[in-house]
Amino acid sequence: MKRLARAVLALVTLRMLRRGGHKHAPPAEPPPEAEDPRAELTSDPARELAAAVLALGGAAGALAFVAAYLLSGDTQLLGLAAGAACVLLGVGMIVLSAGLAGQDRAVEERPLPQPEVPAAGELVTAPADAITRKKLLAGAAGIAGASIGAALIVPAASLGPAPALGRSPWADGRQLVDENGEPVMADAIETGSFLTAYPRGADRDILGSPVVVVRIDPAMLNPPPDRRDWSVQGILAFSKICTHAGCAVAMLRYPLYRPTEPGPALVCPCHYSTFDVTRAGEVLFGPAGRSLPQLPLRRRSDGGLEAAGPMSDAVGPAQGRVDW
Amino acid sequence: MIDRLVDGIDERTGPMRLVRRGLRYVFPDHWSFLLGEIALYSFVVLVATGIYLTFFFEPSLDKVPYQGAYRPLHGVEVSHAYGSAVDLSFHVKAGLLMRQTHHWAALVFIAAILCHLLRILLTGAYRKPREINHIIGAAMLATGILEGFLGYSLPDDLLSGMGLAIAYSVALSVPVIGDRLGPLIWGGQYPGSGVIEPRMYIVHVLIIPLLLAGLIAVHLTMVALLKHTQFPGPGRTERNVIGTRMWPGYALRSLGLLAIVAGVLLLLGGLVQINPIWQYGPYDLAAGSNGVQPDWYMGWLIGALRLMPPVEPTILGITVPNPFFGGVLFPAIAFGILFTWPFLDRLISTDRRPHHLLDRPRDAPARSAAALGFATWVIVPFIAGASDRIFVTFDIGYELQVTLMRVAWVVMPAVVFLLTLQVCRRLRDRGERPLRGWDGTVVERTETGGFRTAGGGD
Repeated sequence: MKRLARAVLALVTLRMLRRGGHKHAPPAEPPPEAEDPRAELTSDPARELAAAVLALGGAAGALAFVAAYLLSGDTQLLGLAAGAACVLLGVGMIVLSAGLAGQDRAVEERPLPQPEVPAAGELVTAPADAITRKKLLAGAAGIAGASIGAALIVPAASLGPAPALGRSPWADGRQLVDENGEPVMADAIETGSFLTAYPRGADRDILGSPVVVVRIDPAMLNPPPDRRDWSVQGILAFSKICTHAGCAVAMLRYPLYRPTEPGPALVCPCHYSTFDVTRAGEVLFGPAGRSLPQLPLRRRSDGGLEAAGPMSDAVGPAQGRVDW
Repeated sequence: MIDRLVDGIDERTGPMRLVRRGLRYVFPDHWSFLLGEIALYSFVVLVATGIYLTFFFEPSLDKVPYQGAYRPLHGVEVSHAYGSAVDLSFHVKAGLLMRQTHHWAALVFIAAILCHLLRILLTGAYRKPREINHIIGAAMLATGILEGFLGYSLPDDLLSGMGLAIAYSVALSVPVIGDRLGPLIWGGQYPGSGVIEPRMYIVHVLIIPLLLAGLIAVHLTMVALLKHTQFPGPGRTERNVIGTRMWPGYALRSLGLLAIVAGVLLLLGGLVQINPIWQYGPYDLAAGSNGVQPDWYMGWLIGALRLMPPVEPTILGITVPNPFFGGVLFPAIAFGILFTWPFLDRLISTDRRPHHLLDRPRDAPARSAAALGFATWVIVPFIAGASDRIFVTFDIGYELQVTLMRVAWVVMPAVVFLLTLQVCRRLRDRGERPLRGWDGTVVERTETGGFRTAGGGD
């Protein structure tokens, strides 16, 4: 062990000799606390010069920053100048510090705590012995503390209103419009494509509004019996808000090569909840615990699309407990 | 001149001996001791750049048609928050530099804290008498992650809004109180309530920075009172510290590090684009971004949400929504373990003595194995948080990725634990240094002043 320790020390010595280029090898054992603050340090003049040059380089960078700010304002130039100024200055300081030899052997005693009498805990408990009705007071203090704590917390209730369940804007006969307010036309939707639609005339910035409209090959459809007539020419509509964590279900996976690729599905880009569009928006993969709510569709006489009823289920995350 | 100034301060603070002790304070030398300093100096940059940003940012979700400096967005309905964040990037000179430097500093801040934490865990620096400082450090990590999340949520761009929508869903998912907790924090439904913006703002620019500054002050005071830990070495004992004094050696080195950290962050801020909110667009609840990654330190939570199987169990009539497991339970357990780590160590190792000398990771195989196993348990979901990038880079579908990583989440911590245990034991027993590339000859100094080759007899 001692041998190993000496070997490590020698290694350190060797590295310092290589690096520092100073004349005197440091003593093998750390010196005792020096009274004269100068005694233990020597500085390398070459490194002092290098540090000065680097500091002036830093100054040039800072002036370049001022010039770039006044003349151009270009972000890259500003960053380059300011960054270079700081880095040069910092390297200069470290070069100067590294040129100080014999500085890394300073010793400081670590005063270890001595057991004191009386112990700190006793300083608390012993004087309290003068109090006779300890249990009564502790109980009273506990009740007072809890009550005051409760009184302090109660105003926090003002931060938020009690959750109000909003109402979905979708109802029988509500027409689907696109993001520009134009009616969504059934024949304009190509197979394999999808778009976002809103209820005509309703607020778009509520969770219940946006639906994703997809069109798939009708032969792929496999809806439960009560949803057989919820699609129009293979066009289906689902809530666009993921039932997992409220993101927009923004991707349609539409298989290009059926034999090896999985079926058509809506995918949420946040946590990959995957919903089966061929079958009532059921969860195929990912963390969502609930199907994507579906909106029954009907074709209007003018070729547009409208809701044939309300959304199949509460929209949004958390079991639709807080919902529009 | 300078000595008279310092004398003057010393005379007026004499009983505390602040100046004397401060100047003569000894810092033990080891590169890993600089990780915490990098975090500290990133915080300094964060405060400086953050103050600049507050002069230009408007925390309001009221909407106006955008008419500012970035032409492609003209006429689009945006919030004041989004519009002012875009304008301070394009219209305010040096604004984009400050914004991007601020963002980069936040990323480095958390990264440095984590590296520092890993050093603490692997060397046993959290042991008595430093448990309190360990808890303060863990609290700073948790607070820092929250602060970063609030920071990138403020500009009300698409990425911000999606993050807030997920956070709102997570708040709602807390059993029993969730459907009250979400609206309580957000001041109503999200999206819909604009109250959240000024709330996040005051927490982000005042409350958490003050909290962090206070915690940093206590953390550093505790370090100085107990003095630094040090690795074992010649002359180093539990009763002393050997290293470089504060003045001049360490102060120069540390200030140099401050300047370099600031410089590198400014270089990143100026040259490497981060969070281009004008490309993401304003938040729209019906829009989804794709291929955009939130800040890296959110990855473990996103991954945990992704890896959770689709269960929403009903227990005693209360249904637990799925985001609770990945978004609340997982981080609660992770931070629970982190906060109680020193006490778990005491419990298992039954070592109650104070320690000022550090262990090399190999010298305490069980501790190192536990630390890396724990880290793996957090890193697997972190990798799942980058599944988009893995798909783009390696063309592996998300279903296969998630399936494999669900298994890895359970298996890998144990594998890493056992592997680390074996590696540490062998390294300790054989004394090998496989990572050290230096192949020179070790020499010993003899009593007479000469040198001889050391270790030749082995």
